[in-house]
Amino acid sequence: MNRIFTASAVALIASLSAANAATEIQWWHAMGGELGAKVEEIAKNFNESQSDYVVVPSYKGNYVETMTAAIAAFRAKEQPAVVQVFEVGTGTMIAAQGAIYPVYQLMADNNEPFDPASYLPAVAGYYTDTDGNMLSMPFNSSTPIMYYNKTVFEKAGLDPNAPPKTWAEMEEASKKIVESGAATCGFTTGWISWIQTENLSAWHNVPIGTLENGFGGLDARLELNGPVQVKHWGNMKKWADEGLYKYAGPLGGDNAPPMFYSQECAMMMNSSGSRAAVVENSKDFELGYAMLPYYDDVEGAPQNSIIGGATLWVLQGRPAEEYAGVAKFFTYLSSPEVQADWHQVTGYLPITTAAYELSQEQGYYEANPGADTAIKQINLNPPTPNSKGLRFGNYVQVRTIIDEEFEALLGGSKDAQGALDAVVERGNKLIEEFQAQNQ
Amino acid sequence: MKRALFHNKFLPWLLLAPQLIVTAIFFLWPAAQAIRQSFLREDAFGLRSQFVGLANYRALWGSSEYLNSFKVTLIFTVSVTVLTMVFALLMAVAVDRLVRSEKVYTTLLIWPYAVAPAVAGVLWWFIFNPSIGILPYVLSQIGISFNWIYDKTDAMIFVVIASAWSRISYSFLFFVAGLQSIPGSLREAAAIDGAGPVKRFFTITLPLLSPTTFFLLVVNLVYAMFETFAVIDATTLGGPAQSTNILVYKVYQDGFVGQNLGSSAAQSVVLMVIVIALTVIQFRFIEKRVAY
Repeated sequence: MNRIFTASAVALIASLSAANAATEIQWWHAMGGELGAKVEEIAKNFNESQSDYVVVPSYKGNYVETMTAAIAAFRAKEQPAVVQVFEVGTGTMIAAQGAIYPVYQLMADNNEPFDPASYLPAVAGYYTDTDGNMLSMPFNSSTPIMYYNKTVFEKAGLDPNAPPKTWAEMEEASKKIVESGAATCGFTTGWISWIQTENLSAWHNVPIGTLENGFGGLDARLELNGPVQVKHWGNMKKWADEGLYKYAGPLGGDNAPPMFYSQECAMMMNSSGSRAAVVENSKDFELGYAMLPYYDDVEGAPQNSIIGGATLWVLQGRPAEEYAGVAKFFTYLSSPEVQADWHQVTGYLPITTAAYELSQEQGYYEANPGADTAIKQINLNPPTPNSKGLRFGNYVQVRTIIDEEFEALLGGSKDAQGALDAVVERGNKLIEEFQAQNQ
Repeated sequence: MKRALFHNKFLPWLLLAPQLIVTAIFFLWPAAQAIRQSFLREDAFGLRSQFVGLANYRALWGSSEYLNSFKVTLIFTVSVTVLTMVFALLMAVAVDRLVRSEKVYTTLLIWPYAVAPAVAGVLWWFIFNPSIGILPYVLSQIGISFNWIYDKTDAMIFVVIASAWSRISYSFLFFVAGLQSIPGSLREAAAIDGAGPVKRFFTITLPLLSPTTFFLLVVNLVYAMFETFAVIDATTLGGPAQSTNILVYKVYQDGFVGQNLGSSAAQSVVLMVIVIALTVIQFRFIEKRVAY
């Protein structure tokens, strides 16, 4: 007991003297496991690069838990200076004027050089207001791509170097795979909401909602019950019934990776950010990468895919010297070396053009074929109002509704049109509620 | 009842104070906060707040998801309670008849109670997992498809089993104690009069066990309604298509995940009313029929 007391007293004194020497900056994040270790490393390297500031990263659980913790802390006036918020929380954060410190303003107030044009357009666009100002600091961005099992393709008599490009080819390949017995299912997917609904819409250049997918203001509403989405959901149900596709569960689709790793399903659409994990777990077969499939009868497809992942938001109400440190830290974080390293280790997108070019120079893409599929896909065409991203309030819950209605479709209680109409109706109710709360 | 007399006016209050303070801080104050919040419409950060009267409550009654959650909770609670009590009683009666090894069986049967609900949820998640779980695999060998990710009924069966499992031990222990307090002479007398084992169980054992049964009914109902959050959170997350979204879980989903504090507060006030009503009904009406 005494020893514990002495130890904690020493720790307390040590932390007090550290606080005197340098300004502490709290950074709450949602990166567990290996990603978390990488975050710690970035903070450590920054802290060693200068002596005025100490960035203290704390893991606060998954994205939802981290955001909830930060909001609760703000209400209790105990907020961290920097918090990592996932892309669907963007609408909530932007609406919280008075709680957030927009990044472009933070950088200007502290005389830090900051050029929004140096970021990849598909990344920066998602977090920029209608006047072109960047509101949060891009950190980990990813986009869905298709992983496929070349070994199974060969067994099924398919060309392992020609993955399906369109959904028609997807269906045909899946049929061959299942009928030949090379695998028991053609494909599976993570994220019904993000990949098979939101990205599907952007990829075919059709709107997710009004007012440029919600970028234009709080009175935007969902409209993702158009013909492209209805056709695709209808097909997914048909393919599920035929055994070509297997549903992997709500949210991120936890069962998708195990089904792909165990070679039960030959193809999987999932985040490019899970590339490292997929490579690690697919040593029993040859792995291939491809862009998302599209319907070739839709004009304008393929357009470009949209991103997911998270950005760093700065919260108001901390002492001014902390914000000076945050600005310095953001400059460090977006430097090409730090970004290229983060991109190459984790599989997240390089968020700046400079980091992408540095990775090219270092020969990373020659050594890791397929690692640039995601970048090529988001850069395929300049983003349109339909493919910039989306911005709605209460969107975390809207995503849950998308999952529920998709489950209702699979269960047979609704058809594709009915399910998507219900998504729009129920989702818009939440979005209206959000508008009422924030006006 | 014994009546204590205090000559000092303040002493009884002083003696009651610790209990009253705890009640006020941990029960009354949060409850008052919830009631206040349920009349407000507020953004997540608490920057803009507006009094909206009963709008949050009206929205609940107009919401088919909320009414569905009521139905789900009813099915879930009754299933968990019945499954728990029937199983526990069956095992308790079996153990009661054992001459030796009774202690060993009792100890073994109590083990599941020591497992935390979240851990139990994860264990059952593995057993029932449609891709890697043993149970769906075994069932598929005999031609039964069990997939709780798609199927609403399967999902309900899954969470009921996962929730009842650890409760069976707890109820079992109480039933064993209850059975041991029934004098053997009563059953022997009935046996001499020619009553068979089944008749003896229903006419002697069960009525004499009613205080225990009543107590367990109360605690198991409360458990199933309010303490199964961890099991749901570790397994189905309320899905598929809200088929296992019980009231308590919905409060969490709307309040913590969705940041819709007004609606969430209104829902917890409704829950509060249900608890009060349940308590009154149970102690007023059911207790009278129990032979103590």
